[in-house]
Amino acid sequence: MRMLKPVAIPLIAVGLALGIGAIILVVSGANPIEAYGALIDGSLSSQKTIGRTLEKATPLIMGGLAVAFAFRAGLFNIGGQGQLVVGGIFSAAVGFGFEGLPWIIHAPMALAVGALAGAAWGSIAGILKATRGAHEVITTIMLNFVALNLTDWLASHSWKDEGILSRTPAVEESAVIPLWGSFPTGFLVAVAASIACWYLLERTNLGFEIRSVGLNGDAARYAGISVQRIVIATMAISGLLAGAGGAIETQGVVGRYEPGFNAGLGFNGITIALLARNHPLGVIPAALLIGAMEAGGSMMQFNADVAPEITDIIEALMLLFVATPIVVRWFFSRQEVAEVSVTAGWGSP
Amino acid sequence: MSEALSVVAHPALEVQGVTKRFGDVLANEDVDFRIERGRVHALLGENGAGKSTLVNIIFGLYQADSGEVRRNGEVVHLNGPRDAIDSRIGMVHQHFQLVPVLTVAENVVLGDEPTRRGVVDLDEAASVVRGLAERFGLDIDPWVRVEDLPIGLQQRVEILRALYREVDILILDEPTAVLTPQETGHLLEVLRGLADTGVAVLFITHKLREVMAVADEITVMRRGRVVGHTVPADTDESDLASMMVGRPVELRLKRTPASPGEKMLTVVDLVVNDDRQTQALNGINLDVCAGEVVGVAGVEGNGQRELVEAVTGLRDVISGSVILDGEEIAGRSPRQISTMGVAHIPEDREKFGLIGAHTVADNMVLNRYHHRPYSRHGIRRPAAVDDEATRLVEEFDVRPPNIAAMVATLSGGNKQKVVAAREFSHESKVMIAAQPTRGIDIGNIEFIHRRLIEYRDAGMAILLVSAELDEVLGLADRVAVIYGGRIVAFESVDGMDRDRVGRLMLSGTDG
Repeated sequence: MRMLKPVAIPLIAVGLALGIGAIILVVSGANPIEAYGALIDGSLSSQKTIGRTLEKATPLIMGGLAVAFAFRAGLFNIGGQGQLVVGGIFSAAVGFGFEGLPWIIHAPMALAVGALAGAAWGSIAGILKATRGAHEVITTIMLNFVALNLTDWLASHSWKDEGILSRTPAVEESAVIPLWGSFPTGFLVAVAASIACWYLLERTNLGFEIRSVGLNGDAARYAGISVQRIVIATMAISGLLAGAGGAIETQGVVGRYEPGFNAGLGFNGITIALLARNHPLGVIPAALLIGAMEAGGSMMQFNADVAPEITDIIEALMLLFVATPIVVRWFFSRQEVAEVSVTAGWGSP
Repeated sequence: MSEALSVVAHPALEVQGVTKRFGDVLANEDVDFRIERGRVHALLGENGAGKSTLVNIIFGLYQADSGEVRRNGEVVHLNGPRDAIDSRIGMVHQHFQLVPVLTVAENVVLGDEPTRRGVVDLDEAASVVRGLAERFGLDIDPWVRVEDLPIGLQQRVEILRALYREVDILILDEPTAVLTPQETGHLLEVLRGLADTGVAVLFITHKLREVMAVADEITVMRRGRVVGHTVPADTDESDLASMMVGRPVELRLKRTPASPGEKMLTVVDLVVNDDRQTQALNGINLDVCAGEVVGVAGVEGNGQRELVEAVTGLRDVISGSVILDGEEIAGRSPRQISTMGVAHIPEDREKFGLIGAHTVADNMVLNRYHHRPYSRHGIRRPAAVDDEATRLVEEFDVRPPNIAAMVATLSGGNKQKVVAAREFSHESKVMIAAQPTRGIDIGNIEFIHRRLIEYRDAGMAILLVSAELDEVLGLADRVAVIYGGRIVAFESVDGMDRDRVGRLMLSGTDG
C-alpha cells in the first residue's frame, strides 16, 4: 500500500476529474458516454490515432521532464516554453541550413543543436540564480518573453523563408525525424530521455548531488557540494530537455519553425510534471494521458458535438486534484490520513 | 523522607494513575506525582521520557486517557491553559510566549489589563510590575520593549507574567536551556525565593547539576513512567543519570592527560564577517595540536559559528590565515578543505549535517560519495555504499540498525551518531566539532564524548565548540573563551573553573 500511494493520488485525481467532467458534459447537454467514447476513438482506436497520441505525447514528455528534473534540485523552471522555441528554431536552422548530409548525421545534429540551444537558454537562468541570487521563477518567465520575440524576429528576418509567411524554410529531408508507419520515431527519443533522466538522478554522482541540493541545500553545501554548480548544471539539463522537445517537434511534426505552432507546449510540461509527481518515468504515462486527450479532443468535438474546451477543463481539474491532495486524501481510509505527509509545496512527494 | 511529606493534608497538585497514549506510543503510563507548596520540585528525564506530556496534562493542554489530577485535594478537569490559569497554575514555556514589540509592563498584564475608564492604565501596570519585581527579586524596567531584552530578562518577564496572575504553582519547561551560567545561577535563586513565599515550583530539566543545586524533591521519569522519587541529600548526579538512562552511566570521562604533538590547525589574525556583513571575528588567534582537544567556550552568537564556517571553507575569510598542517587553507572550497583533512560535525545536524529524506546509507557517504569505492567514473555503486554504511552503523551503534531507513525517522541522538560516524570514518587530521551533543540523551552524549577522546588519543586535533560549559571543561585540554568576536582567554583547562569561564563568557574579563 505504501508503494502504491504515489501512484494512487494521480490516479484518483484523474478519476475524479473524469467524473466531474462527465457531470459538466451532462449539464452542457451532451452524452458523457458518447463523448468519452469519441475521446477514446480519436486517440486509441487505430494505429493512426495511437500514432497521433504518441506524437502529441512526445513534446509533453520532454516538457514534463524539463520541469520534473529541475524540481529535483528544488528549482521551478517556468521557462520550458522559451527553451522549447529556442531549441525548435535552432534545430530548424541546422535542418534547412545544411544540404547533402546523410540522415544519420544531419537529423541527430539538428536535434543536438536544438537541445544545446535550449540548454544554453536554460543555463542563463541558472547562472543568474547561482551568481546573483535571482529567483529562477522570475528569470525564466522573463526569458520566455525574450525567447518568443527573439524567435519571432529570426523567423521573420534572418532565417525567413521565401514568401509572405513569417517562418523558416522547411528542413531538408535528411533532417526529418520520420514516422515509422504511423509510429513517430521522436517518441522513442522522448522515452529514452526519460530513462536517461531517471538513471542520471538515481545512479550517478551528479544526480545524487542534484537530489541532495533539492532536499537540503544547506547540508549539501556543508558536505562540500557546490550548490552554484548544481544550480547551473540542473537548469542547463532542464533547458536541454525542453530544447530537444522543440527540436523533435520541428523535425518530426511541423517540418520547420513556425511561430505559434507550439504555443503552450512548454507550459503543459508543468501539468505533466505535477501529474507525474516529478518522477522522470512517471512523466511518460502522464504525457500519454494528456496526449490522448488532445489527440481525441477533436474527435469528441466532431462526433459528440462537445466544445473542445471540455478537455481543457478536465485537464485543469486533474491538476487541481493533484495539487490539492487533501481532496484526494479524503478517499483514503481515516487511519492512513495521519500518515500522508502535508505537502510542502506543489507536487512535493 | 517521602512518608514525612505525605502527612501534609492536601498537596498543591496531585496526579494519580495518569496514562496518556499517542497512537501506539505510551507517553505516560500510570504516573503518580505530587507537588507541594513551598517546594521546588525537579522533574528529570531524557528526551521522550514523558515529562512534557505530563506537564501538558497538568497545564490542561492534553487530557489524560485515564487517571486524575487533583488540585488541593479536589479532582479538576482542565480543558486548556485558560482553565489552568484560572486554577492559578502558571507555566513558563521553553519558547517564550511574549509579544516582542510590547513593553515589559504590557506583556505582563496582557489578557488581564488594569483599566481606567475603559482604557488600559499603563502606569498602573508598570507600578504593579515594579511591585512584583521588588517582592520576588526580579529587577526589571517595566518600560523597556521585550525585543530589546536579553534572553535571561525575557524569561524574567514570563515569570512575572505568571506571578501577576497570582499562581501558586509555577511550571518551568527547561528554563535554563537558553541561559548563561550566571543567568542560570540567578534563576535558581529566584526559584528558591518563590518557593519560600509558598509557591509550588515544578522545574523540568535534564541538567543534573541544577537539580542537585536547587531542588527539594526530585522525580525521575523514563519511558513514560516514574522510575524514582528522591531528595538531593539521598542521591548524587551519577545516581540520577543512571536512573534516567536505566543503566550505569559514566558522567565524568576518565581520561588521561593529552600528549599533544605538532600544531595541526593554526588560525592567525582571522577576520570574518557575519551574514549581515558586519565583523564577527576581529582578528582571532588559535591553534590546535595533534592529540589534543581545544574547547571554545562562549555564549552563542559571539563568533563561534563564523569561526567554524571560516575554518571549514563555508564562509569567506576577510583577512588573516588558517593553516592546516603547514598549508594555507583560507580561501579554499569546503570540499578541498575536507579532502585535505578537516572533518566537521556541524552545530545543527538537521539543517547542516544531514539530508533527512536521504537514507542512512546515503548520509553516511554524504561527503565521500564521489570517491572510490562509492562511485566509479561518476556512476554510483550502491553496494559499496551499503557495505560502508553497515559497518559504520554497527560501529557507532545507530538504532535502528537499518541503513535503508530515512534519516529523518531517527531520534536526535541517532542522527548525531550518523553525523559523527561519517565525520570520524575518514582519516582526518582535524575535527571541528560544533555543539556535538546538543539536545541528545545522556547515553548518546557519553558515547560521543568517549569517541572524541578516543580519536584525540589516536592523534587527531580536535576543536570543540560548545555552549555547554561542562562539556568544554570535561573534554578540553586547553580552553579558549570567545567574547564579542575575540578570544579573551586561551590557556590550559587546569587554570579554568566554571566561575572564571562564566565571567569571561559574559563580560570578556575575569576581573
